[in-house]
Order: sequence, then structure tokens, then C-alpha cells
Amino acid sequence: MALQSLDIKQRSATTSPTPQARITLEVAKLIDVSACIGCKACTVACMEWNDVREEVGNCHGVYDNPVDLTENAWTVMRFSEVEQNDKLEWLIRKDGCMHCADPGCLKACPAPGAIVQYSNGIVDFHQENCIGCGYCITGCPFNVPRISKKDSKAYKCTLCSDRVAVNQAPACVKACPTGAIQFGSKEDMKDYAEHRITDLRERGYDKAGLYDPEGVGGTHVMYVLHHADQPNLYAGLPANPAISPLVSLWKGFAKPLATLALAGVALGSLFHYVTKGPNEVSKEIEDEIEKEDAK
Amino acid sequence: MNITRRQFFKVCSAGLGGSSIALMGFSPTAALAEVRTFKLARATETRNTCPYCSVSCGVLIYSTGDKSKNAPGEIIHIEGDPDNPVNRGTLCPKGAGLRDMVQSANRLKWPEVREAGSNEWKRISWDEALDRVARHMKKDRDANFMAQNKDGVTVNRWSSTGFLASSAASNEAGYLTVKMLRALGMTSIDTQARI
Repeated sequence: MALQSLDIKQRSATTSPTPQARITLEVAKLIDVSACIGCKACTVACMEWNDVREEVGNCHGVYDNPVDLTENAWTVMRFSEVEQNDKLEWLIRKDGCMHCADPGCLKACPAPGAIVQYSNGIVDFHQENCIGCGYCITGCPFNVPRISKKDSKAYKCTLCSDRVAVNQAPACVKACPTGAIQFGSKEDMKDYAEHRITDLRERGYDKAGLYDPEGVGGTHVMYVLHHADQPNLYAGLPANPAISPLVSLWKGFAKPLATLALAGVALGSLFHYVTKGPNEVSKEIEDEIEKEDAK
Repeated sequence: MNITRRQFFKVCSAGLGGSSIALMGFSPTAALAEVRTFKLARATETRNTCPYCSVSCGVLIYSTGDKSKNAPGEIIHIEGDPDNPVNRGTLCPKGAGLRDMVQSANRLKWPEVREAGSNEWKRISWDEALDRVARHMKKDRDANFMAQNKDGVTVNRWSSTGFLASSAASNEAGYLTVKMLRALGMTSIDTQARI
């Protein structure tokens, strides 16, 4: 019997294996960028459900408000004006955690249990275990986590793990008035995306496609893009996201090497103790040193 | 800091031992990872209608407690009503932020009146407010009611006051509104749902 409502697949900085026997439904959120009107109902519903409030900001001359993800704004709308096929296009992308199958934040995190991945695919931060080092930000290929200035802990979208655990859709999905955000099993979401892509291609967007990047093992938040060949158009969505090589250098090479050195020192000390015994200091030398110290 | 050779070795070996143990997985805080508890468990759910625009989306208002006598509830969450055919659970950004409007410090919580010639708002009771509205309506109707037009045809018309009905009204409430207003002879009737 599990001690939590969702089975855990991976846990940060933990080497002991997690339960693997039960197979649970893999969930996904699908954001159809072509159906989004940028109303920000999702942003508001997110803050309402998660009991966070972003300070009222200032107008920066664009519709982006909040301007960037923060510890209180876990999802924001990014508006891009681009020219495609001699036409001005206003692309609106709902930005937030992508819930990667291979999460860079979890890999980089040194605090045991601060980042977990549930078997349904959700990547969740547990702030009570977070040490505020910010490695998750380095590890994230999408630049999503933010450290709070109030408590120095990292925050990001939880995909409403508390709602999903009781079979409710995330707050953003439920609120979306145009149906641009859908939630269900990953398989169903891919099917739905296929249907949307066919529709977009019939409307002249022959490069329409699904954004489910392989570099991070696929994501549990996917996009339907009208220009899937150029994800960069959508406020710099990376075309081939991958975990920074620094993370694998640290976790795959430097850390085991340091561990080996540490173990070597411990073993060497033990060997030295057994063969040579404790370092005995004679009374004379001690007196001599004390005399020197007294000067 | 003054540290002897012996103390230095003690600190070093303690640090090495501690980190080695932690590295082997014997972490002192092997805390369980659990999702945030579903915050609406056993909350009181109340159906209502969003007060903002004429679309009149259905909302579910969640409050603390079970309506027992000694524990007055407080609203903790509002979201869309999936059973309402108007919005089927969805909401716009204003509706999604409804809780902050309900609990806003700037919200008007009681009827106020600004008497003619005064520049101050005065708080009055709901009874006083309703009496006042009824008195104004009766006074206007008594002064302007037209039983017959100039040709002597009975019209029973009260055309000097208009009524804007609520868009949140159900069919039944709408029927009663029209029935009541027509009985008074009112001719200018509109509803916010048309706006």
C-alpha cells in the first residue's frame, strides 16, 4: 500500500528504487495554440486554485502580463507578433512547466525528495524538502522554475497534482473558455491533437504539428502549433530541448568521481589506522608545543 | 576561531562520516513525497451564477464548514459549474478570479443612499432600501399612469419608468418579472441578457 495518493516514479537525489509494479494512467495536457485567444483565464484560475497571487504589475506596451513566470505566476501567456507568408500573425503561447518524461530539474536537484515524478507523468516540487540552491533552474531546458524571494524555495506548475490525484482536471484546463487546453490520457491527447492538426492543414497551415520533444523523452504538456517546423516563433520555444550537458557532467562524472575520492580517503584512513594505529604524542612534545603556544 | 589539532581532526572525520552516510542513502530526513491534499474535501458546495456579464455562467462556490449553526462558513474557492449548460465548467479571467471580488476590501456590502442635493453616501438597511424603491415607483406611477389614451381606449399604461431585468434570472423568474411588470402597466422592459 502506497503512502501517497500518486505512485512515485523518480525522486531527486535518491538512489533507492521506487515501486514499479503498478501501472497507472499516463496523463497529459494539450495546449492548442491555434484556438487560444489569450484571455488569461488559465492564469487566473491557476493562481486562484494554488493560493498564490502575483502583484499587480505595470503595462510594458505589450499584452504580456505578468511579463514572466514568477514564484506566484506558474503559467503566463506569451504574445509574439511574427510575419509568416506575408501575413502578420499574433501567436499566443501559454507558457509553464512542460512536465518532461526525463525532467532536467529532477536530475539536477541535490535535495532528496524535493522534486518527484509521479507514475502518471507529473513532475512536482515539494518545497518542504527544497534547499533553494536553484540547480533546477539550470537543469530545466524550458527555464520554468522560479525561486521565491520570500522563502528561498523553488516553485512551478504542479499540473494541479492535488486535483489530478482525485480525478479532476487541472484548474487552467477546466477554466479555458475556448477549449484550447485539454486534459486526459496522453494517448487521447495525441489523438485529439491529430484531429486538430488535420483541421489546421486543411485551413492552409501545412506545417501544423504536435510539439512533444524527444530530447526530454516527450512531455506531459504538449502543444499543437500551426508552425511546428519553427517552434522558435512562439516566444522562443526551443526546437530541440535537452538537459544541459553541465547536469550530466556533474551528476554523471564529477559527482561519482568525488564520491570515489571520498570513499578512497575513508578507506585509506581506516587502513592507516589499522596498520599504524593512532598517532601517539609524547608528553614531552606536548609540553614543548604548549610552551611555544604560550609565547 | 582558535582550534586545536585534535579538534580539527574531530571536525574533519565527523564531516566525512556524515556526508558518507548521507551519500549511501541514510538521509536523516527521508520525508515522504505527497501531493497537496485536495483542499475542497468536505467543503460546502453552493451553485450560483457569475454576477459579471450577461452570459451568466454557472459557478460552484466552495466554503468551509457544513453549515452547522456554530461555525459560519467562509468562501475558499470558486470555479465553473460543469452542469450549467451556459459554460459547462469554463470561466473567463474575471469569472475565474471571482473569489477575490467576493472578498475584495472595496466591495459594497450594504445599500447606500445619496439624497438629492447631498454629496455623501449614507448607509441604510435593506428594508429601508426596498421601501424607498417601492415608494418612488408608486409615486411615479400615481403621477404618470394612463388608464385611457386620448381616443378613450383603455390602455392602462405606465410609460415613465423602465425596468432592466437580470440576465441571471431563470425562465421562471423571467416569467414572474414580466407578469409583475405588465400588471403594473410598465411598457419599457429590457433584460441585461440582450446587452
